[in-house]
Amino acid sequence: MGTRAIEISVGAFVLSAILALAFLVIKVSGISLDTSSQVHTVIARFDDVSGLRERSKVTMAGVTIGRVADLEIDLEYGQAIVYMEIDGPPGSLTIDTGAQILTEGVLGARYISLLPGADIDFLQDGDFLMEGNTQGAFVLENLIGDLVTRLGGE
Amino acid sequence: MIEIKGLSFKRDSRFIFQNLEMTVAQGKITAILGPSGSGKTTLLRMIGGQLKPQYGFLKYKGKDIASMSRSELFGFRKNLGMLFQSSALFTDLNVFENVAFPLRRHTNLSRQAIRDLVLMKLNAVGLRGAASLEPSQLSGGMARRVALARAIALDPHLLLYDEPFTGQDPISMGILISLIKSLSGTLNATSLIVSHDVMETLTIADYVYVIFDGSVIGEGTPREILDSSSPKVQQFINGTRNGPVPFHLDAEDLEKQLMVVEKN
Amino acid sequence: MIALLDRLGVWALNYLSRLGRATSMWFTSVAHIPHGQDMHLVLNQLHHVGVRSVLIIVLSAFSIGAVIALQFHTQLSRFGAEDAVGLGLTLTLLRELGPVVTGLLFAGRAGSAITAEIGLMKTTEQLSSMEMMGVDPLYRIVAPRLWAGIISMPLLTIIFNVVGIFGGFIVAVQWLGSDPGGFWSGMQAGVELWNDIGKGLLKSLLFALVITWIAVFQGYDTEPTAEGVGLATTRTVVLSSVVVLAMDFFLTLIMYGDF
Repeated sequence: MGTRAIEISVGAFVLSAILALAFLVIKVSGISLDTSSQVHTVIARFDDVSGLRERSKVTMAGVTIGRVADLEIDLEYGQAIVYMEIDGPPGSLTIDTGAQILTEGVLGARYISLLPGADIDFLQDGDFLMEGNTQGAFVLENLIGDLVTRLGGE
Repeated sequence: MIEIKGLSFKRDSRFIFQNLEMTVAQGKITAILGPSGSGKTTLLRMIGGQLKPQYGFLKYKGKDIASMSRSELFGFRKNLGMLFQSSALFTDLNVFENVAFPLRRHTNLSRQAIRDLVLMKLNAVGLRGAASLEPSQLSGGMARRVALARAIALDPHLLLYDEPFTGQDPISMGILISLIKSLSGTLNATSLIVSHDVMETLTIADYVYVIFDGSVIGEGTPREILDSSSPKVQQFINGTRNGPVPFHLDAEDLEKQLMVVEKN
Repeated sequence: MIALLDRLGVWALNYLSRLGRATSMWFTSVAHIPHGQDMHLVLNQLHHVGVRSVLIIVLSAFSIGAVIALQFHTQLSRFGAEDAVGLGLTLTLLRELGPVVTGLLFAGRAGSAITAEIGLMKTTEQLSSMEMMGVDPLYRIVAPRLWAGIISMPLLTIIFNVVGIFGGFIVAVQWLGSDPGGFWSGMQAGVELWNDIGKGLLKSLLFALVITWIAVFQGYDTEPTAEGVGLATTRTVVLSSVVVLAMDFFLTLIMYGDF
């Protein structure tokens, strides 16, 4: 095998590995290369965010419109504070937008589903969703616990 | 050029050399004859600085080889050409690159100069036509000649030959003999041959040492060796079966050993 | 009793001196970063140990990815959680099977070849003759192989991971009819750049260091006979495989363990 053929084959090998790495980074870990596109942040309080994590999806009507940027705990109220990164400039979500944490399938990943509101004012960058418009994670164990108690009570 | 004094070397409590004394004269072909297993290759390795003697010393131009610094040793090795028994051609390089190897490593010659030198060296061993072959395509005799071309690539002052005639057909043997002879003439190099091929060695050597059991049992010009009165030397050069060197390795008496009934 | 202690002592000393020689060999060679005319040696070795391992890596990765997807799918579809197949498959590959299986295949394919080649060079006095020419075989022979192995392994692992995911995709989506959107989005929601991809590649780099070290040393330290080379080659494969598996356990414990 000539030197040239070896050089080409090694080059192809390294190149394909680099392309494969790019595939892993972009397609598999889902990191968006398009960092320049504008996003804005809205914040919501939940009683329970079990199973939610950074980069979980944020959807509206089933369409992904953003992702969870950060999770914090407010110790005073014992509530979780969720920072959501919403694609596009501020002005897409009304101030009475609701949020609930849902599960993909029975055992799938948790995500946030936003419910459109009807107000004429819009959430600005860094605004909180209205108190009472959020519904936390639906925890299967709690539900089963409830059910057992009720059945036992009857 | 090389002076060996009081050299002893022990491996696993067995002496391979005991109090060895030898001189290799400048510009001459010196030969060391000895039966297989008499440590001849070990001796070459000590001259090349790969092994260190436990007692005594080897001196190259008055300098102790064993106590050379690493850079001194590598400098000395550039002046050294060694022909290995197995030829030791690099299997990942073709014939041309094998001969070019020492030139590329130790000189800053241009590609063109290296090419010319390699072709000249290959021409000297009659294998210019084999330049593009792979080592695996060569016969044993050709491989040894290529190895010789490689050994002389840097025009060394000292040439070491490890069993150069072993396993060669008569024609390659003849070629090698004349090559070694002419090379030591044209390069004006000092040659040291270790071998157990008595007649071939005697035809080209200027001075011969016969070693047995780790020490020199005879030395002199080929003529003197042939006329030696020592029975050991005579047995070795004539290849007789029995003599001072017994045919049988020490063992229990044959009759006794055969009579023993195996226990199981 | 004394004889036993004596034997143990001799064994321990031999073992330690081997380890010492192996360590000093490694440092001497790895410190020699190839440059100039040595670069083409590394290139050649990248071809030998890297390019020539691609085929076996691709074939194994595809079938392993396909099998994992099949297993996950049969189990998860009972709970209606087919969308988790993509994530489960990917995490398995990125964190464990990618580096480990690539390591095992690399030891069998490239490690054994390195040992056999260097062992044969030693047996045919090539190493010795190189030394006699004033060229250090650690630089000329060992260093390029070490470097090529260390570079190749992570690259092969990346290829393994991607082909494995592709194999799983074919089975789960094309064949068993999962939803492709769910396959990818489940994966994207769960896979983290450093924690999953990065740590997996770090694992494979560490495996590469150990496998090439074993392979090169076994070749360099081989008994210079045909039998010796055979034994050394076997030892390379067995030792590398065991070490890779053992290392993987501890690395997983350190990287993903909770303490």
